[in-house]
Amino acid sequence: MGQISGSVVKRDHSTKFSGAAIYVGDYMESDILTGKILHSQKAHAKLIEVKVPELPAGYYYVDRRDVPGDNNVNIVKDDMPVFARETVEYIGEAIGMVCGPDESMVEHILSAIEVVYEDLPVVTDVLKSDTAFFDYTITKGDIDKAFKEADKVYEEVFETGFQDQTYLETQGMMAEPQAEGRVFLHGSLQCPYYVLNAVTRALGLPREKVHIAQDATGGGFGGKEDYPSILGCQVGVAAVATGHKVRCIFGRREDLEFTPKKHPSHNTYKVAVKDGRVTAMDVDVIFNGGAYTTLSAVVLQRGIICANGVYDVPNLHIRGRAIKTNTVPSGAYRGFGGPQTFVSVEMVMDHIARDLGIRPLEFKLKHLVKKGDSTSTSGKYHFDVPIVEMVEELDRICDYRKKREMYAKPQTGRYRRGIGLSMCFHGAGFTGSGERDFIKAVVRLKKSADGMVTILISNTDMGQGLRTIMPKIVAKELDLPLTQIIYEYPDTDFVPDSGPTVASRSTMVVGELLCQAAKRLRAEWQDGEEQMIEEHYKHPEFLIPFSLDDFKGDAYPTYSWLVNVIELEIDTYTGRPQVLGAYGCFDVGTPIDYNIVVGQMEGGFLQSIGYASMEYMTADKTGRIRNNSFSDYIIPTAMDVPNLKVILHTVEYPEGPYGAKGAGELPAVGAPGAYMEAVEQALESVDLHHIPFTAEDVLKSLEEAEKK
Amino acid sequence: MSDAIRFTLNGEETLYNGNPADRLLDVLRETYKLTGVKCGCKEGECGACSVLMDGELINSCMVALGRCEGSNIVTIEGFSKTEHFQVIDKAYAAVSAVQCGYCIPGMVLATEALLVKTPHPTEEEIRTGLSGNLCRCTGYNAIVKAVQIAAKEGDGLW
Repeated sequence: MGQISGSVVKRDHSTKFSGAAIYVGDYMESDILTGKILHSQKAHAKLIEVKVPELPAGYYYVDRRDVPGDNNVNIVKDDMPVFARETVEYIGEAIGMVCGPDESMVEHILSAIEVVYEDLPVVTDVLKSDTAFFDYTITKGDIDKAFKEADKVYEEVFETGFQDQTYLETQGMMAEPQAEGRVFLHGSLQCPYYVLNAVTRALGLPREKVHIAQDATGGGFGGKEDYPSILGCQVGVAAVATGHKVRCIFGRREDLEFTPKKHPSHNTYKVAVKDGRVTAMDVDVIFNGGAYTTLSAVVLQRGIICANGVYDVPNLHIRGRAIKTNTVPSGAYRGFGGPQTFVSVEMVMDHIARDLGIRPLEFKLKHLVKKGDSTSTSGKYHFDVPIVEMVEELDRICDYRKKREMYAKPQTGRYRRGIGLSMCFHGAGFTGSGERDFIKAVVRLKKSADGMVTILISNTDMGQGLRTIMPKIVAKELDLPLTQIIYEYPDTDFVPDSGPTVASRSTMVVGELLCQAAKRLRAEWQDGEEQMIEEHYKHPEFLIPFSLDDFKGDAYPTYSWLVNVIELEIDTYTGRPQVLGAYGCFDVGTPIDYNIVVGQMEGGFLQSIGYASMEYMTADKTGRIRNNSFSDYIIPTAMDVPNLKVILHTVEYPEGPYGAKGAGELPAVGAPGAYMEAVEQALESVDLHHIPFTAEDVLKSLEEAEKK
Repeated sequence: MSDAIRFTLNGEETLYNGNPADRLLDVLRETYKLTGVKCGCKEGECGACSVLMDGELINSCMVALGRCEGSNIVTIEGFSKTEHFQVIDKAYAAVSAVQCGYCIPGMVLATEALLVKTPHPTEEEIRTGLSGNLCRCTGYNAIVKAVQIAAKEGDGLW
């Protein structure tokens, strides 16, 4: 690790630590109206009538009739309405909003509104829906030939559930009418320019009449990539209609039930094996997209590109569909489609290895991709694949191989142990040529006469540390103290569009642009002068062009890698799996700040363990999610995984700042494969097929084993 | 008014004239503008609204004002003026234990409540002590480490 990696006190530490940081809920002016959404109680119905009682003075009801511009939220396909049209498509869909000065009165009015629905058929099962929002295919080699020549063919189905981002600060946005017909929106968000594009369109206002700023943001994890655009349009419409400041902050139950979460999936793997080697995979990936498309296209693309895992499979057919159902629209969650397919491929590889009588680790390493190999999309792994070394590093700290042998012996008694290992990548940055064709990032550095340097970018710190990372890069290049670099929460009136804070792109792409800008500023530095430096994104030249039409080319410039090991003990009386140790080795390139990167890895790793084990959420037949509180939707506490260890392995990426590459999402991708392999071993080598695998599932599995 | 609720808030004698059924969390934020007290669930599950009531860590969303009569309430704003705070602050900063920050005011007060009872806690005691405060960002490791540092650096203070 170089000098840049040494940790500093985070730039936002003090304001957050003392409680002084201002989140959107913390503005206390007396002229802010509270907005509360009238949510649909039906998963699919015609809206016949909304009977609003007579409103007291100062209270308002707004709905689609108040949308001055286009009643469609700009995300990708723009099919989600700001306020419901003639039908509602999921429980929770916004029909309208009640606004007023007193929150309890607003709630009282909401409860007095009567909505008359006419029921329409409700579809919650992806296998029963006849609408595919997106349908993609990846092909490579000749699978027909490979299946014909196979010694053995395996076919298994894997299912994964919802996972909610569960940022501690719920969704919240506020809109303020300003002089000359301008509208100002601010709140808890990841992507100011996404919100700007959506709000200008919904309000029918030109770009210069709207500006968006980020407040302190209490976590995102993907959950504040698309939803702030939707909520932003709603409070924006309300503010324009009422002429007042309007703020809407979700309650926890509202947030858990009605905001986008990870796509549940149903993945069928058909695998051909010849001479002890996987020769082909025919994979059918089905994601539950929910009621509107929102981000499903891009989540699905990433999901299917990962469907063969880190393995070199010469013949591939991968079909991926995002299916419409009458459940809450699924959206972005750290990992973005990868966690669903990675757990599936890791499990199928385990099961085949066991069937062939080979140790799963040995079997997986035999298939591991290496530098120069071709990817699922016939692109190339341009850089070193460090998985073999990472496995050895982890084995040294947790004795994986020894324990794996030990726990393979027959176990009796109440407590039984297992250990599992998974290996994954995360493609760094946007899929394909998104950076070049859509994002076109621009960054600026502004130097004032007194020598202070301000970073002007639209990227946001939602806890992951950008407010420290970016100034560190600029300070290093300019050889200035960190205190001389300013990086405020972005406001679109002042910052250029350096792209959204998603896809593990910020440090790698925007950080590199800032690095280039700082180099230029240093070269052109003039004491006592005001200076402005601007840099534009340049697509790396070594890339094989990617085409979305046939899914061919380099989907990502480079990859971050992980190896995870989970060791656990199952209580056969209660079913409870206790994680004894969670060990993660992560390669995200050069860490720009060691503590920050380790903090990202630890936090993401624990979320990923939660996804595998305890975070159970489902919609019932009526389309309602009942796990809508912290007593029903359980996320890990400080006691659940007491022994979680992270180590870093560094393969530098030459196009990232000091060798850094994508970091944020990687740790949230890998735990389920390791977790399930450990559970399977503790349960004496049963083949399991879904996550989360809860204590109840353990009991069911034990019961079934007894029956046999 | 004689039937006002009398309590000490961050060291100041305070009279609350509102409804005794009002939620402490709402009153702290809206009446006294103590916005360091965060609302994460309003159901007593997440700990973001933790404050100290007579030295005990409580979820302010689960306490009615009437229950505060005669008590001593300390929020992050009051606690940040103490020597204990300085030690805990430095410890969290040293290991970058603050990410999104939303759980932090509650976490800081949970740290204080723990160290008052157990000045030299084991790791298990720390994890138990913080288990009523959810954090989604850190995986808790850095926070546990920070509490260990605070206990060591603040030796004798608690």
